[in-house]
Amino acid sequence: MSVWQAFIELLKRDLRLAMRRRAEIANPLLFFVMVIVLFPLGVGAEPNLLERMSAGVVWVAALLAALLTLDSIFRSDFEDGTLEQLLLSAQPLSVMVLAKVVAHWLVTGLPLLLVAPLLAMLLGMKSEAMGTLMLSLLLGTPVLSLIGAIGVALTVGLRRAGVILSLLVLPLYVPVLIFGAAAVDAAASGLPVAGQLYILAAFLAMALSLAPVAAASALRISLS
Amino acid sequence: MSASPNSTLHLQADSVECSRDDRLLFENLSVEVSGGEALILEGRNGTGKTTLLRILCGLRRPDEGEVRWSGVPIEECAVDFHRHMVYVGHLDGIKRELTALENLRVLQTLSGRGRYSVEEALEAVKLGGFEDIPVHFLSAGQKRRAALARLLVTDARLWVLDEPFTSLDVHGIELVESLMDGHLSAAGALVMTSHHQVHLSAGVIKRLNLSEG
Repeated sequence: MSVWQAFIELLKRDLRLAMRRRAEIANPLLFFVMVIVLFPLGVGAEPNLLERMSAGVVWVAALLAALLTLDSIFRSDFEDGTLEQLLLSAQPLSVMVLAKVVAHWLVTGLPLLLVAPLLAMLLGMKSEAMGTLMLSLLLGTPVLSLIGAIGVALTVGLRRAGVILSLLVLPLYVPVLIFGAAAVDAAASGLPVAGQLYILAAFLAMALSLAPVAAASALRISLS
Repeated sequence: MSASPNSTLHLQADSVECSRDDRLLFENLSVEVSGGEALILEGRNGTGKTTLLRILCGLRRPDEGEVRWSGVPIEECAVDFHRHMVYVGHLDGIKRELTALENLRVLQTLSGRGRYSVEEALEAVKLGGFEDIPVHFLSAGQKRRAALARLLVTDARLWVLDEPFTSLDVHGIELVESLMDGHLSAAGALVMTSHHQVHLSAGVIKRLNLSEG
């Protein structure tokens, strides 16, 4: 049985599971929408102010929504013992971890990406910046899932992992937030954005190659 | 390094030691099991039966000593070892939202195809007719049967079972015992813990009591 087949099978399993508990998909999306919709109500509907803050607000909301869902990458598998089976499978664990992270991103990251332009418009973001917003989220949100997987893998054995997970993961999220929001800001001011996007792409390449291996080792420790 | 299905299978724990929360569970413990043999771990609660099983299947590393599969430390032949070993622990390792069929199909893909197809395995554990129902709606015993069907969908030659009879009824226990007999007479090996009396008619049965010494 090839590794690729196992990757696809596990990805399909996780997507099927997500379809059977839709509330969990809706949760982060709802959070994302609520934060952004409530924001103008809180700070006042002053178009210039909102427009200037829009990039940061969308990115911060996306980051927190991602953080909210991280635990679900491994938690339920840990609790029902399927994670043990994954560790004992005859396939490389890092590839299996990657399959789970991809599924997690498709279920939680992709919907955010799709509604982001709508919400950005709500905040009055310039239409020139929309493309960059989408691109920066496309490059950035998978990094959030990948880094998060390491954090969850390390804390999955703990009973109350919430706080420690945030403390562990947030510092690593900050660079993604900074460059993501900066790219959108630059686009809104008509400046070149290639630099920020390249850095985000570099983050993604690094996370894709290192995070699955790190998370796999962390899982081995957590389950021993 | 590789153990082909035809080579003699041999799992050996060499003077392993393990302590948990500063309490020594066992030290200098050596056990081995080869094809056609069943090793039954006995002992009171908290004597480290489950811990020893987890060490034997490579989920946990012993503090001292090592576990060898056909003479090779299991860390060095992990993929080969895992292909020939199947573990059913306290947790069923079954997703409640998925049907038994979907669960087993994933497990089969992860560990390699065996003699039985998924449908045949479910038939063999008397879950025929329940394959399309999410496991969530099955009883505890049926859920356990679905977990044990995993033994059949791979061609694992070493079964490591932690309390396999939990929540099974009399018929279920007989059924699992007959599966074990079949496995042992096909020169498979078995390591298990159980609080029930185990009635096996095939194979050589070894017992190890962890409460003593």
